[in-house]
Amino acid sequence: MIATIRALLTQHGGLPVSVDTLADDGDLYDAGLSSFASVQLMLALEEAFDVEFPEHLLNRKSFSSIAAISAALSEITDDRQVA
Amino acid sequence: MDAQVSFLDQLFNQRILHDSGVDGLYARSAVFEEVISQFEEFALAFGRHEISEAMVFPPGMPMADFETSGYMKSFPQLAGTVHAFCGSDHDHAGLLQCLAAGDDWTDQQKATEVALTPAACYPLYPILAKRGPMPETGAYVALQSYCFRHEPSKDPARMQMFRQREYVRVGTAEQTMAFRETWKQRGQEMMRILELPHEVDAANDPFFGRAGRMMGASQREQELKFELLVPVNSTASPTACMSFNYHMDNFGKAWNIRLADGSPAHTACVGFGLERLALALFRHHGFEVDAWPSGVRKALWG
Repeated sequence: MIATIRALLTQHGGLPVSVDTLADDGDLYDAGLSSFASVQLMLALEEAFDVEFPEHLLNRKSFSSIAAISAALSEITDDRQVA
Repeated sequence: MDAQVSFLDQLFNQRILHDSGVDGLYARSAVFEEVISQFEEFALAFGRHEISEAMVFPPGMPMADFETSGYMKSFPQLAGTVHAFCGSDHDHAGLLQCLAAGDDWTDQQKATEVALTPAACYPLYPILAKRGPMPETGAYVALQSYCFRHEPSKDPARMQMFRQREYVRVGTAEQTMAFRETWKQRGQEMMRILELPHEVDAANDPFFGRAGRMMGASQREQELKFELLVPVNSTASPTACMSFNYHMDNFGKAWNIRLADGSPAHTACVGFGLERLALALFRHHGFEVDAWPSGVRKALWG
């Protein structure tokens, strides 16, 4: 999952630094992720993982680090398994 | 409030506004316009000594600048573009036939180089960008424009065509954020003088779609937008009559507005919804302007 997130972040994040230099818990907004790029990333993640982010996860915090994105995606896919 | 006869119908009955048959598109009476022009004078008195210049824009802006603004990314549902007939004699005959038959006649209409201005400050930024790097004092502009947003509504405070008066500050992050704080205070002082109930709250723009919900949440978390709310059509959901916006360097980057050191300029604006403020005054002080409280009359008419 992390590898896919990193690949999509490289493609859609528009970051001035290489994604490889970022730790999983590194702050993506500090690294230069704009609001608009975070939305593009969100849409790409939805397509790649075939999920839809629920309302309560559509916020800055969910996309603040690679680890946070991974946690959000896990929450969605876990819910799906329960349902 | 929320009376049996809607506020909109009361405004029509009192001939303050006149119905056109299209929601959100109204003719204004002389008294309505007088209230707006007096309010504009009142608002100008608060910032006249600070501005570097003043401008008034027509209701349309260049399509190219509209595209640069990124408005279609965030608010495609609200935008309006101007189209015109660009056909031949033959096409014209076809158009007239369609009109006579009551069919769709707009096939031959083509987009022009004009978009309807969605926010009063948008036409300013390309003008500033063309001047080259900003002086160290930045820019501080008083402006006014008619704006268009496609959101037909029976709420008289949600018009499709309306005017915004704004002060726009362009400069460093510190200059623009200080400007916004000053106007947040001034806006509330203005409402106290005009004896209008109000509150200031963090807000977000109506970004389109699911992606937009995230943009909205992000805007709120970063406290980029505040609104001054006054009950107008309803007490339950008061109307934003002013907004205090910090755009960071988004517009500086989009239009390439540069500071003296070459970095992108930060921008902030305070917007006054002129029709909304006039409606708030009528709502709270009555339809007879001669009978408005003396303090309010003195502030507006001197």
